[in-house]
Amino acid sequence: MSNNKSEYLINRHDNQYEVVIGLEVHAQVTSESKLFSTSATKFGAEPNTQVSLVDAAFPGMLPVINEYCVKQAIKTGIGLKAKINNRSVFDRKNYFYADLPQGYQISQFKDPIVGEGKVILDMPDGQKEVGIERLHLEQDAGKSIHDLDPKNTFVDLNRSGVALMEIVSKPDLRSPDEVNAYIKKLRSIMRYLGTCDGNMQEGSLRADVNVSVRKKGSKDLGTRCEIKNVNSIKFMQMAIEYEANRQVDLIEDGQTIDQETRLFDTKKNETRSMRSKEDAHDYRYFPDPDLLPLEVSDDFIEKLKSEIPELPDEKKKRFIEKFKLSPYEANILVSDIETSNYFENVIKKSDVKLATNWIIGELFAALNEKNLEITESPISAGNLSKLINLIKDGTISGKIAKTVFEQMMKGDKDPKKIVEEKGLKQESDPKALEALIDKVIDDNRDKATEYKAGKVKLFGFFVGQVMKVSGGKANPQLVNEILKKKL
Amino acid sequence: MSDITKQSLSELVENIKSKKLSSSEVTEAFVERSDKSKELNTYITEDYANALNKAKRFDEKPNLDLKLPGIPIAVKDLFCTRDLRTTAGSKILNNFVPTYESTVTQNIWNEGAILMGKLNCDEFAMGSSNETSFFGNVQNPIDNNLVPGGSSGGSSSAVAAQLTPITIGTDTGGSIRQPASFTGTVGLKPTYGSCSRYGIVAFASSLDQAGPMAQNVKDCALLQEVISTYDEKDSTSIDFKRNEYSKELTKDIKGKKIGIPKEYRVDGMPKEIEDLWKKGIEYAKDCGAEIKDISLPHTNYALPTYYIVAPAEASSNLARYDGVKYGFRADGENLIDMYEKTRSEGFGAEVQRRIMIGTYVLSSGYYDAYYLKAQKVRKLIKNDFDEAYKKVDAILTPSTPSSAFKIGEKTNDPVSMYLNDIFTVPVNLAGLPGISIPAGHDAKGYPLGLQIIGKAFDEQNILNIAYAMEEKINFKNNITDWWIK
Repeated sequence: MSNNKSEYLINRHDNQYEVVIGLEVHAQVTSESKLFSTSATKFGAEPNTQVSLVDAAFPGMLPVINEYCVKQAIKTGIGLKAKINNRSVFDRKNYFYADLPQGYQISQFKDPIVGEGKVILDMPDGQKEVGIERLHLEQDAGKSIHDLDPKNTFVDLNRSGVALMEIVSKPDLRSPDEVNAYIKKLRSIMRYLGTCDGNMQEGSLRADVNVSVRKKGSKDLGTRCEIKNVNSIKFMQMAIEYEANRQVDLIEDGQTIDQETRLFDTKKNETRSMRSKEDAHDYRYFPDPDLLPLEVSDDFIEKLKSEIPELPDEKKKRFIEKFKLSPYEANILVSDIETSNYFENVIKKSDVKLATNWIIGELFAALNEKNLEITESPISAGNLSKLINLIKDGTISGKIAKTVFEQMMKGDKDPKKIVEEKGLKQESDPKALEALIDKVIDDNRDKATEYKAGKVKLFGFFVGQVMKVSGGKANPQLVNEILKKKL
Repeated sequence: MSDITKQSLSELVENIKSKKLSSSEVTEAFVERSDKSKELNTYITEDYANALNKAKRFDEKPNLDLKLPGIPIAVKDLFCTRDLRTTAGSKILNNFVPTYESTVTQNIWNEGAILMGKLNCDEFAMGSSNETSFFGNVQNPIDNNLVPGGSSGGSSSAVAAQLTPITIGTDTGGSIRQPASFTGTVGLKPTYGSCSRYGIVAFASSLDQAGPMAQNVKDCALLQEVISTYDEKDSTSIDFKRNEYSKELTKDIKGKKIGIPKEYRVDGMPKEIEDLWKKGIEYAKDCGAEIKDISLPHTNYALPTYYIVAPAEASSNLARYDGVKYGFRADGENLIDMYEKTRSEGFGAEVQRRIMIGTYVLSSGYYDAYYLKAQKVRKLIKNDFDEAYKKVDAILTPSTPSSAFKIGEKTNDPVSMYLNDIFTVPVNLAGLPGISIPAGHDAKGYPLGLQIIGKAFDEQNILNIAYAMEEKINFKNNITDWWIK
């Protein structure tokens, strides 16, 4: 039995319950055009301006697969260490809705393009592997807008036909924190690959969350409920917490859980029944006769494999081995492709240890404070690298560097210029320092005598005085050396 | 001028190329005859004024290198035509005007042809008598009150009555070959993937094929040559080397092996059909072909298989007609109510019947027993043909189990209506090319057709066999213009 500190359990009376979670993530494929048409996919366009005859399901219109989207799905599969299927089939999922022009969604049901894979999570108490069941390609529906008119619903078909990857995990997740880590890792991998921008505000990433509970130690799965279409990690965590507790309460109350689809109400922070298993749609899946089975050769897959960039797990390993970073540091630096790119740009010309500390410490804090992404950082990687080199070659002290850094945050400026303009250059001339030190010893004769008599603690006092007199610019290392000699 | 409409397509093309006739003269003649033939109800939408204008423009700057120079053509109303109403014979598309052109019709216009109008058909091509059309029955020019076959009934009637020199239809289970047989005309269903489905209102996607309908085999070959192109807009279009069918047409079929499938001798087949078939065998022998008995053991299962697969696909293909985006919309209390009223009022009884069948066979719990089983049987039917084609080059059968019947005769008996397609349906299920040629008359003087089925992509071979046999049969259609007052 594990005794992980982070183990997430729900306690009721004498019973402990474990939460079992599986996710169906819908990730919008990064692509200029839609899955089966040439319409644009740009977010935020005027309603119904990115709609082709195919997207609007005009009579006689036929879908033609977008090869780029297929490549994107395969790349994502490779990133998930998954089996790529040489043959997959597009099926029709039939249901009526105003924003579904065809009256069916083209999806993959029995034979998805990507099979089993895995994702590694770095949790505070170690690594955890989450199984991937499958990844398949499907079309998005349009958008119904109910609040523009009291009587009518409006439909925007810009999203109709946009390519989505549905990534289904195994029920391997056990806590809201793991869900958080899983979504972030998935997003990180896809952003490394350039297959999904992971933008949850724009709906590029959303998930259906399957939740069940069971007594701790039990191997059987409980009856699950599916919470539909949750579009932020925070809401996923809140929904899971609410739903798990609701299910535990039902069990404790001697009731059974109905398998059903539920909605998460973000305002009331609760899940509500949407439809029961009995009311579930019969989607009448069958292979789309307008499309031939999708065949991809091993050569095609191999070629895509060769185009895959270094992914977070591999990058982390390299950072630890090559740069001697701690796993903690490596994790932070690889979590996001932009951060790791920034880091690698900084260390091209400067010290790794200093760069790591400055990025994780000062830079992240400063960006956080201003609520900026690394891509929006006022300090470019090149200039941060210059700053680090100024510390490394003794031009400025670490303390002065912080002042310079603050200046740089106000507008990306060459740190050398700031140092020159503000006269912040470190004093490293031994003769000048000696003169300074002599004066400090002279001014504090009594303390010098005490020191010589054995009160060594006073050494710090002298260092402080020298720094003060120099306006913080004296090279601390040299000050130490010279002081030792002089005293 | 009165004999212009009696000319075959090949003659008209020749006369226009040699400037003996202008496009305007030809177009005027067919428009005039079409206009006098309203009684047949072949047209759903006429476009005569535009056709005459186009003909005039053609004559001003005639391009005589084209294959169909200034030839007026009316087409089945299942092909979407830019700026001209396209209804699929349904109320639900009564007001639908496409902004786009089907690939097959575009191919025809690219060769210089001129659109005269849209021809009647069974609603969404579902029918064997043209009686399911929202726009009313079509008369067979052979005799008053006789069905022209279906679903391309307007097309067969128009060609037989010489309202258009040639036309195109679509064939999902026999919808070109059966009406051709009923009207004494020639109809070819090409190999699946030969003609693009882009812009054709879909009935059953895995079976639908467009094809030519004509007065003779040569015209049929010429039109097939024009309409069959590889099209990237249709994922099921096949990129194979297409012949210039009319140029390569030959009557030399000596030594060709023609199979006679014993399973096509169905119970209760009228003697005149049996006799026609025997006569066909003799004609084929006269042409130098070698006759071989073959077996297609799963033939019996073709019709039930078809009536699972086709409605299943149709139930999904027709889901888009929901009143939301285009076409007919009935007012409703809410979305569901609007859907129900739109589709109840917009679709006719036969279409609703097939949507119901299709929805049922795809339902969870029934899918394996019906749809999946049907797909397996479909494979067996295809295997039968593959086996047979190891021994023969083509297969000869009757086109239909009877001649044309009276309007209203079978409307209350869908199963007997479905039996009309018993000889044509297996060809669609196997994706093969099949041609129906007129081969004789029954006791009432109604035409009867023979069907020649070929290997996939072997249109040239069955056109050649049809061409050779056509000469021996020397069929004459007996049309009296009874409808012209």
